[in-house]
Amino acid sequence: MTASLIGIAVIDILLFTFLVITAIAIARLRNLFAVVMLAGVFSLLSAALLATLDAVDVAFTEAAVGAGISTVLLLGTLALTGREEKKPRHSPFLPLLVCLVTGAALIYGTLDMPSFGAANNPAQEHLAREYLERTPVETGVPNVVTAILASYRGFDTLGEVLVVFTAAIAVLLLLGASGKRPSAGRRGEE
Amino acid sequence: MEHHSVLRVVSKLLIPPIILYALYVQWHGDYGPGGGFQAGVLFAVAFILYALVFGIDSMMKVLPPRTAHIFAGAGVLIYAGTGIVTMLLGDAFLGYNALAHDPVHAQEWGILAVEFGVGVSVAAVMIALFVAFARHNPPLKDEDW
Repeated sequence: MTASLIGIAVIDILLFTFLVITAIAIARLRNLFAVVMLAGVFSLLSAALLATLDAVDVAFTEAAVGAGISTVLLLGTLALTGREEKKPRHSPFLPLLVCLVTGAALIYGTLDMPSFGAANNPAQEHLAREYLERTPVETGVPNVVTAILASYRGFDTLGEVLVVFTAAIAVLLLLGASGKRPSAGRRGEE
Repeated sequence: MEHHSVLRVVSKLLIPPIILYALYVQWHGDYGPGGGFQAGVLFAVAFILYALVFGIDSMMKVLPPRTAHIFAGAGVLIYAGTGIVTMLLGDAFLGYNALAHDPVHAQEWGILAVEFGVGVSVAAVMIALFVAFARHNPPLKDEDW
């Protein structure tokens, strides 16, 4: 048991180290193609972290959406815009200060949180147990996550689908989604 | 990329298993990880891979953008329609228990219907978004990347 816990800790520390390195590289690089690729790497690392937390459903979504589709869509955007980020004209100190203060506040906030994985955490006291006990009896669905998403929290999931749908409508309206391919002449004018 | 025979062969080998896996994730979401969102994305990935290797125009022959737009709306309507059906059957909006005599079966049917709606909508949205971005660009030459 202790050996496996140490193993998980080592994996977590490794993944977090890579995550921080990737984030710093994303912030420093000017080549947007490399930034998009590193953003995909960042998503894959987050997916691996979620998998070590046994949240396989979320890890699956992060790997498919964050690392897969987002990367492709961002590459499509790059092809429409440009591959190099312009040099910022303002000094980086004010944004850095804002980030540091916000980060410090967030870390200060976590000090009040119950310790990670403790058996008497509020999340594990009644709500999780209630779902785990009720789901097999009421729905007969072995994957509790699916039962919560699609049945107990069906409204929320409907909202999520509507968000995806609305976002798609907005993007299609912005890019022009008529059935015809933009003509060569117009593209030449641009 | 049409002259890359390795890419063409490998993607032709990969696309059927990707679609099969998407269907597995869609209909097996009750038992394992996954569900409509993930399945929809995987399904879209198969189309996007095809478009990347064989060109956006041949992909648009398989699935015209208009069809994708219709499916995107249809998925949302399947989800919301399930709620309307349960209301007509005398339960609350999305109260699946009215769908069958046995509440456990009714829940399973309701979840399957709703997840199907999610899958259809997400897959269509992702394909439509990719097409919207990709068809504005002339095909990239190899040295451009």
